[in-house]
Amino acid sequence: MLELKNLTVQYGAITALQDVSLRLDRGEIVTLIGGNGAGKTTTLRAISGLLKPRSGSIWYEGNDITGRPPHKLVAQGLAHCPEGRMVFANLTVLENLRMGAYLQRDRRVIEKELEFVRSLFPRLRERESQLAGTLSGGEQQMLAIGRALMSQPRCLLLDEPSLGIAPLLTQTIFEKITELNRVRGLSILLVEQNANLALAVSHRAYVIECGRILLSGPASEVKSNPQVRDAYLGGG
Amino acid sequence: MTELLQQVINGLSMGAIYALIALGYTMVYGVLRFINFAHSDVFMLGAFVAYYTARAFGRWGFVMGGYLGGIAILLLSMTACAVVGIVIERLAYRPLRRRSTLTVLITAIGVSLLLQNGGQLVFGVNPKAFPDIFPSSTLNLGGLVINSNQLVVLGVAIALLSALHWIVQHTRIGTAMRAVSFNATAASLVGIDTNRIISFTFGMGSALAGAGGVLYAMNYPSIEPLMGNSPGLKAFIAAVLGGIGSLPGAALGGMLLGFVETGVSGTRWSTFRDAIAFAILIGILLFRPAGLLGRNRVEKV
Ligand SMILES: Nc1ncnc2c1ncn2[C@@H]1O[C@H](COP(=O)(O)OP(=O)(O)O)[C@@H](O)[C@H]1O
Ligand SMILES: [Mg+2]
Repeated sequence: MLELKNLTVQYGAITALQDVSLRLDRGEIVTLIGGNGAGKTTTLRAISGLLKPRSGSIWYEGNDITGRPPHKLVAQGLAHCPEGRMVFANLTVLENLRMGAYLQRDRRVIEKELEFVRSLFPRLRERESQLAGTLSGGEQQMLAIGRALMSQPRCLLLDEPSLGIAPLLTQTIFEKITELNRVRGLSILLVEQNANLALAVSHRAYVIECGRILLSGPASEVKSNPQVRDAYLGGG
Repeated sequence: MTELLQQVINGLSMGAIYALIALGYTMVYGVLRFINFAHSDVFMLGAFVAYYTARAFGRWGFVMGGYLGGIAILLLSMTACAVVGIVIERLAYRPLRRRSTLTVLITAIGVSLLLQNGGQLVFGVNPKAFPDIFPSSTLNLGGLVINSNQLVVLGVAIALLSALHWIVQHTRIGTAMRAVSFNATAASLVGIDTNRIISFTFGMGSALAGAGGVLYAMNYPSIEPLMGNSPGLKAFIAAVLGGIGSLPGAALGGMLLGFVETGVSGTRWSTFRDAIAFAILIGILLFRPAGLLGRNRVEKV
């Protein structure tokens, strides 16, 4: 479904990604774990077209999408829920969700998706007329995911959904992520610093360090890898 | 009493014009974070398009001086200015999208000079008498003497402000505009083509400036290619006063400035009109750096 081939990305003179290759198959949850500054966000930003790679290519559903602008990729079913949530704080919750379906012109489809997101995150329903900026961090994360879902993606790039959120809410959000994958067959590329959590819900995993893929494999294998245990799973 | 009412009406119509122009500054600032110095020259073009259209209408034997004719001229001016605004953005600003704000600002000054000097070349430097494009009569309302043009100016300005409010608050493209102005990256990630929204913003802001130019010329019926400078500067002050980036702020700032100016004009301080406008700006910015309705944006990393 999604494949990165030898991707190199630079910020000016700084090389943030070096020769990164990874794959996400249809119906999979794949996680990309790594420490702060490893290059996880950069990877997602390159996929969704926010950054132009120096070299290498990105393939989505059989097409080379390298360098394609973000708004075109959304139309093709590739959604990116960015790090730090980036909800439109000056818009209401409902307006945020409707903006998620910006490219959808069929009102019935929009209403149906709205109902789906409401049933997924009932808390958002209660706050629909509130400005998004007044939501708690966890609620904003739900909104960011809900907004991404409004475009009816087949593939979702999810950047650190647990960042700055109470553990209980994080639990809920991760349950929803697996539910989306199971029920809707949504393919998800999940970026997380919380490796324990990410490995628990994923099929496969890649470990990235200093812009390079260190190792990869089924989540269970990566989890029991001693190197990974020491570096990312708190030693045990 | 009647004199006070007279001043209120003058203040309202002047303020409404400033508000129309100020909205363009603030909208463009909202999506691109820079001051479009060429905006005041689009305002000037609006007046000239109306001038030449009115003459052409006259030549072709259209009913001149009727309300319908006036509205047609106004709409034509607005459309022409919208196109000019979109073209300016496309040719001058878009290629500089990733450059520093300073580069874009200097380019904007360049575009402004180009329009002013181009205007002098094409329209001539001498002021032209702006014709009555709407039926003009003097109304006597119980001692209060007003020109019907002032009411037209006020009515048109209020209609346009309401239309803009509706577009921005209640339409899909208006919501997208607000989304882009809050966070362009996030907007592109939901499928918004930010360049199209920026074009739309320029088009709308320029159409309002064009309307402002026509209305201004109705109040002060002598037009020349540098006529945008003074009202442009005032409108810019109004936008900053209200909180740059805030649409209600621009409207409020414009109204406020219009009132202060007409208020001062009636006194012996009238020669200090512009100085007083600046003094108010500085005074308000000292206490509210973000302007009256501006918010200090909290940038989250
Ligand atoms: N806009 C930028 N300009 C320059 N360097 C950047 C920028 N964004 C990220 N970097 C650098 O690129 C590297 C990877 O960053 P990032 O992808 O954000 O890491 P992660 O998401 O894994 O924490 C880091 O060294 C970071 O400092
Ligand atoms: Mg990151």
